[in-house]
Amino acid sequence: MRLGLVIDLDVCVGCHACAIACKEWNASGTIGPLSDYQPYGAEPSGVWFNRIRHYEMDEYPNNKTVNFPMSCMHCEDADCVTVCPTGASYKRAEDGIVLIDQDKCMGCNYCSWACPYGARELDRSSGTMKKCTLCVDRIYDQDLPVEERQPSCVLTCPAHARMFGDFDDPDSAVSRTVRERGGYPLMPELNYNPTNQYLPSRRKPVIPVDAKPKGGLKESIKQFANRLVRR
Amino acid sequence: MHPAFSVIFFTVASGAGFGLFSLLFLADFFKLGGGFNQDQLVMGGLMAMGLVVFGLLSSTFHLANPKNAWRAFSRFRTSWLSREGVFAMVFMPLALVYLGSIMFDAPQWMRVISGLLTAVLAWITVFSTGMIYACLKTIRQWNTPLVPANYLALGYASGSLLLLLGAVVADLDTTPYLAMSALIVSIAAVLKAIYYFWIRSPGLTPTINTATGLTRAKIKLLDTGHTHGTFLTQEFGFRIARQKAGLLKIVVFVVGFALPGLMLVWVFGQQGGPLAASVAALAGLAGAAVERWLFFAEARHVVNLYHGAQRC
Repeated sequence: MRLGLVIDLDVCVGCHACAIACKEWNASGTIGPLSDYQPYGAEPSGVWFNRIRHYEMDEYPNNKTVNFPMSCMHCEDADCVTVCPTGASYKRAEDGIVLIDQDKCMGCNYCSWACPYGARELDRSSGTMKKCTLCVDRIYDQDLPVEERQPSCVLTCPAHARMFGDFDDPDSAVSRTVRERGGYPLMPELNYNPTNQYLPSRRKPVIPVDAKPKGGLKESIKQFANRLVRR
Repeated sequence: MHPAFSVIFFTVASGAGFGLFSLLFLADFFKLGGGFNQDQLVMGGLMAMGLVVFGLLSSTFHLANPKNAWRAFSRFRTSWLSREGVFAMVFMPLALVYLGSIMFDAPQWMRVISGLLTAVLAWITVFSTGMIYACLKTIRQWNTPLVPANYLALGYASGSLLLLLGAVVADLDTTPYLAMSALIVSIAAVLKAIYYFWIRSPGLTPTINTATGLTRAKIKLLDTGHTHGTFLTQEFGFRIARQKAGLLKIVVFVVGFALPGLMLVWVFGQQGGPLAASVAALAGLAGAAVERWLFFAEARHVVNLYHGAQRC
């Protein structure tokens, strides 16, 4: 199995609900808490496994806002695991999830240097590195109904911009979607082979923004009539 | 990258310590300038080990959870950080065997073999320190063979300047020590110059386009999505103005290479003696510290592409 996420950049509305749901679940999850520093102070900061950035693509009038959620990509060739000197970082053979053993981590930050996606954040309160677990304490929970055995971020997304599944299975929903929509990994040139894939925006007609051509006499009368009716 | 002072102190001090120890073995083996006597060799060796130990201890100060530091020896097969730790730990007993065989007049073969092994291990350890940085694909300024070369050259340059100081204080014939220092310091200067020249070109690196996969148009960041800084901005957000970096490069070359070179000339002319040699050694270490600070400050991690950088 190779578990991971598909993120649909076409429908993500940038509401940050996935980040909130992630924080809510994982704060009390296996590697919680996710410490906050000065949450109500002047300089609020803290540990998050999921962060959403907002980009603008192209220039006016063809510009478009792209909301960009990012969490751990659970890379096939995860350098964060190989550089770890203590063996705290590991990639599970059975499902490809990259995890950090909190009892072994010494907080040297080296794995975060090796990660190009900024997926790893040091928790100052425990002194250990923390990262997305793909809700490993949820997706295998036999006490939950089958449809709820998914990462929190996926369950909560109101736009259904996130999908969870097995990329090793060519017929899984995630594999099919990636095939059909041309899903792609981020920074493929670094050869980390990230598992998570992003779906690009669909092509849509450009909304014309040029000034409308001036109509003739007929158009003027029509507009005048319209204004009268509106009053 | 945020320059952490504990790591700067660690790499400079341990580099100088390993360099000093290896060169001390060479000085002993070839009896350079008449050769140090027993006590002087042991003294020098202990000082080198002291530098290494202080360096290693200071490196644990940047750990957020040092109680697990002992586990850092467990991933020798994959992690350069682990390898460095293991090599440094193997170096210690071997170095003690070498110093012991000097002190207690052990047979010559034992002295030579333990010394040679220690010198080789010292070289490997400094190489591993460089590889910790050079193996990271995420930082273009580090991901080059010039990085371990620079670490070795600077470690051995500061070690050779310390050894020269020892030779001056011990009243040996300084000519071979001067030649050695001059050679290693010039090699270090040339390698550093090549490195600074090399990292100026942008090279083939990830851009904001490949980082987002939106490769067909211009992309710019609208919002980072966080209110204040995060771990990522604190660790990787550090930026140094190009002008300041240029100024510091001049400082590296003047203090780290030119000043020791000038002092070597003075020692050669029998003028300065211990004072000139001390200035050379201290300037070499100070230059290496500035160089190390700049090494971190100039490194640009690709995660900055998610915080607004167009390229790294």
